[in-house]
Amino acid sequence: MLKELEELQRQAESELKKSNTEEELLAIKTKYLGRKGILTKLLRGLGDIAPEERPQVGNRCNEIKATLTAAIENALKARTSLKKGEVLLRDGIDVTLPGRRIRFGNEHPVASVCKDICDIFAALGFSAVQGPEIELDYYNFEALNIPKDHPARDMQDTFYVEDNIVLRTHTSPVQIRVMEKQRPPIRILSPGRVYRPDSDISHTPMFHQIEGLLVDKGVTFGDLKGVLTLFLKQMFGGDTALRFRPSFFPFTEPSAEVDIKCVMCRGAGCRVCSQSGWLEILGSGMVDPEVFKNVNYDPEEFSGFAFGLGLERIAMLKYGISDIRLFFENDWRFLEQF
Amino acid sequence: MLVSLRWLRDYVDIRIPLVELAERLTMAGLEVEEIKETGPVFTNVVVAKLLSVKPHPETDKYFFCEVAAGEGIYPVVCGARNIKPGDVVPLAKIGATLPGGYTIKSSKIRGAVSEGMLCSEQELGIGDDASGIMILPLDLTIGIDLAEALNLKDMVLDIGITPNRSDCLSIIGIAREIAAITGSMLKYPDTAVSENEQDIESITSVDILDPDLCPRYSARIIRDVTIKPSPLWMRRRLEAVGLRAINNIVDVTNYVMMELGQPLHAFDFRFLEEGRIVVRRSHGGETFTSLDEKERILEADTLMICDGKKPVAIGGIMGGLNSEVKEDTKMIFLESAYFTPTSIRRSAKFLGMSTDAAFRFGRGIDPEGVIRALNRAARIMAEISGGRVCRGYIDRYPQKVESAGDILLRKERVNEILGTDINASEIVSILESLEMTILVEKDGVYRVTPPTYRVDIAREIDLIEEIARLYGYDLIPATLPPVSVTAVTTERQQIVVDRIRDLIRGSGYSEIITFSFISPESAKLLGIREDDDRWNMVKIRNPLTEDQSVMRTTLVASLLETMKRNAHNGCLDLKMFEIGRVFFHREEGELPIEKNRLGCFITGMYYDDLWSSKIYADLYDLKGCIENIFDGLKIAGLEFRSGHREAFLHPGKSGGIYVKDQFIGFLGEVHPDILLKMDLKNRAYVAEIDLDIVSNMFSGEVLYKDLPRFPSVVRDVAFVIGREMEADRILKLATGMDKELLEKVSIFDVYSGKNIQEGKKSLGIRFVYRASDRTLTDDEVNQLHGRVIKNIVDLTGARIRGEEI
Repeated sequence: MLKELEELQRQAESELKKSNTEEELLAIKTKYLGRKGILTKLLRGLGDIAPEERPQVGNRCNEIKATLTAAIENALKARTSLKKGEVLLRDGIDVTLPGRRIRFGNEHPVASVCKDICDIFAALGFSAVQGPEIELDYYNFEALNIPKDHPARDMQDTFYVEDNIVLRTHTSPVQIRVMEKQRPPIRILSPGRVYRPDSDISHTPMFHQIEGLLVDKGVTFGDLKGVLTLFLKQMFGGDTALRFRPSFFPFTEPSAEVDIKCVMCRGAGCRVCSQSGWLEILGSGMVDPEVFKNVNYDPEEFSGFAFGLGLERIAMLKYGISDIRLFFENDWRFLEQF
Repeated sequence: MLVSLRWLRDYVDIRIPLVELAERLTMAGLEVEEIKETGPVFTNVVVAKLLSVKPHPETDKYFFCEVAAGEGIYPVVCGARNIKPGDVVPLAKIGATLPGGYTIKSSKIRGAVSEGMLCSEQELGIGDDASGIMILPLDLTIGIDLAEALNLKDMVLDIGITPNRSDCLSIIGIAREIAAITGSMLKYPDTAVSENEQDIESITSVDILDPDLCPRYSARIIRDVTIKPSPLWMRRRLEAVGLRAINNIVDVTNYVMMELGQPLHAFDFRFLEEGRIVVRRSHGGETFTSLDEKERILEADTLMICDGKKPVAIGGIMGGLNSEVKEDTKMIFLESAYFTPTSIRRSAKFLGMSTDAAFRFGRGIDPEGVIRALNRAARIMAEISGGRVCRGYIDRYPQKVESAGDILLRKERVNEILGTDINASEIVSILESLEMTILVEKDGVYRVTPPTYRVDIAREIDLIEEIARLYGYDLIPATLPPVSVTAVTTERQQIVVDRIRDLIRGSGYSEIITFSFISPESAKLLGIREDDDRWNMVKIRNPLTEDQSVMRTTLVASLLETMKRNAHNGCLDLKMFEIGRVFFHREEGELPIEKNRLGCFITGMYYDDLWSSKIYADLYDLKGCIENIFDGLKIAGLEFRSGHREAFLHPGKSGGIYVKDQFIGFLGEVHPDILLKMDLKNRAYVAEIDLDIVSNMFSGEVLYKDLPRFPSVVRDVAFVIGREMEADRILKLATGMDKELLEKVSIFDVYSGKNIQEGKKSLGIRFVYRASDRTLTDDEVNQLHGRVIKNIVDLTGARIRGEEI
């Protein structure tokens, strides 16, 4: 009898293994465990078995029933979850389609360069200040040691509004306005729009400048070199080679033009640097004593330096843009790249 | 300025390679912008040796020659008679090009093959001799390039001269700098003149009536000149420095100007009435025809050079057509003068004449170099024109030109400014190399006199610059300034602008920068009424174009322009903003008012993907963006009111923007007429906001409110109201009813159409009630809610949806 039971279990398990569908599983369940199922019948017929065998056979029957029930239930559960998965999968979407978004707005390259520079100088203690874009001749020229009919005026063609009112040609007038109101120490930065009547691939009648001014006791030309070196290395990378070369600006003396090794050819000479290996980046110099006199600073007591640079030029170098006019055409295909 | 290296070498020894020279000039403040090679225009001409010269078998006009040129022997047919075997001559090989664009080809002359051409000086463009083949020195290497063999190449430096360095606007000026930088000796050109016995004072005279404009005027007379082209060497030098050769007299004036920096002028003496010169101011309105054959109307105070009767030159700027040197000129009146720089600059600017002479006089020449240049020019003129220089010269110098004189220089100050430790002997040697004279005043203090040509040096700081420049900027140690700790103060305006930039970019708007000047027509295009302040535009006197001739009073025109340009390129879905100023004209003589503005627009698709949602942006998208900005700035009380009208906006889809009742700007759909005028197809929405007002409102402060501890009760009601009634009215009425328990009123639905009477709309409003100290009972809420609803219904005539009669 026990032998038959073992055979029965083996048979049921093998049928279970072969079954694939829920129907087949249910059929097996009915066949063995149903009301008229084989095991059920066996259990019901226990009375017919010899009393000494009865407990053993009964136990064994119950064991097999439990094992079989669990196996069938597991198989059925697995079927169901498989089915659910299939249903979810049928409900799937194409994850490769583009996301739905409102694109983040782009930064104008000139604005972005302006921010970079302001950030670097803010860390060095320079505050950004604003001034009028339409200026008195006095602030734009005379207070900066550029009298009327001075040859230095040739350096900057000017848009005139009236005899004594101009569109500012540089952001330097801001330094005069600040010094008129404030005593040293002064560390300021004045970014903004400036205007000169010029228009070609490297000039636009409006462009942007940043001018910086530091005035204190005992400021030297060496300090000018130190601060500008620090700035340029932050801006263009720590291994940027630079040189300070004598130049002329009416409001500074001694004056220096600062060049960096060409970022395009690394000094080998290319079209961008006109084969010189160097790129002019900024103008600078020690504030001319005449300028200090105009704002009632004693040049024997205070000294300082000023510097100025064109933002478009920096942006052109940084992004490899060769036509300055692109900055003001606001072509979306240009802007979306930044 | 263009500088010929050969010419330079006449005055200074250059013992360093050219590249190094350029580098050192640049680092001394004379920026070498370019180095170019110039020289003869021929190519492929070599040094050759004549092996044989035989008569041509068929004609006696030609000779049949064999020439050796390095690697081979060439048969050449030649017509010249000055050659014999053994001569060394120039051979233009097949393929050679000669001046005039002439190319040598293999040819047959009377049946004889000729593979090349023997050349004369003139054919090569290196001399004037055309009489025969150029005979070369016997020691030249046969076969090498002729230009190289004769060292005909020249290098030209293009040097940027800063406006303060007028002393460097000449070859001698650059040579002086090179001498100072490299320590070489400087040689001045020869100015000795051999004169004839006729005294100049017996021939002519000079009267200066206005010495304030012409402090010095000198002259010489050169007789019996023959006008012809200048010798080739001079023509080549003038060409190298960018000047056009004219004739042997005019060329000398230009040559000496380039050489010494002193502009000169040569008059044909026979045209000077009364044979004399009078220097005086012009009477205003006088007309005069200058050398370039243009008739000029002169401003009063223009300095004129006149003869006994009439003007013959605009002093320091250009000569007159009436006294020009002509082909048959025999007698030259040569002028060398010093004119007051400001006067020359003003006149040249007024006349629009930027001549080389005006440029130099305008920047200031050496007042003590006048006679040297006069003599130098007279000497060369005599030499190359066959003329004779009359005895003596006129030098009227009624008003001494002040030069800087003594400048006190403190050694300590030098090092204070530069941050260096340059010692006394180094300072002295630098200044001496610049031809300055130095006296020791006391220990560490010097009395320095700069040379008269250094018109830029008048103060101690000017000397310090010279010292720094020649000491070498490179050698000055880089240091950091003394620390004065001060707080970095960012202006409120700047903080607000930076925040707005971030906020609006977060809404998807990209930054643009447009020109601040626009067309004066744009106010008209936008339909702005003529009494509007935006017609008060600042006009630019000298605009580049009419389109950029006034300063803008609104950003809208620039925004629309940008939209148009992009639409033209097929970019139709745009969100853009600009932060910039607008300008309003005030009184004459006063600075205009400048205001900072934010302008933005949206047009086309709202989302950036096309496959999922083809939603066109509308006014509410733009409005939402502005609401976001004010949320981000923590500025409360933002409101949009329909009452505000702008001619360029859709009257039914626009409004004013207010914060706590203060007008700060407008927004709206661009008027269909404007879209049509600008050829824009998609609807567009623009806004402009005054950032100065916004900045003043900004505090950045946030005050925390406790979180609610008791539950809220929500009631939704749909009102049916007339279509024209604004939602804002209902919201305001509701919020006005109860400040304590009615926590929030918001719109959850707007509907019109089926089931809603024509001309009406349904407005779904959610009321949230909450007490801060207890849970509200149903009764309490019902009572309050009932009052709120009744009030709205009573005051607006609204009906509750579902309860309509």
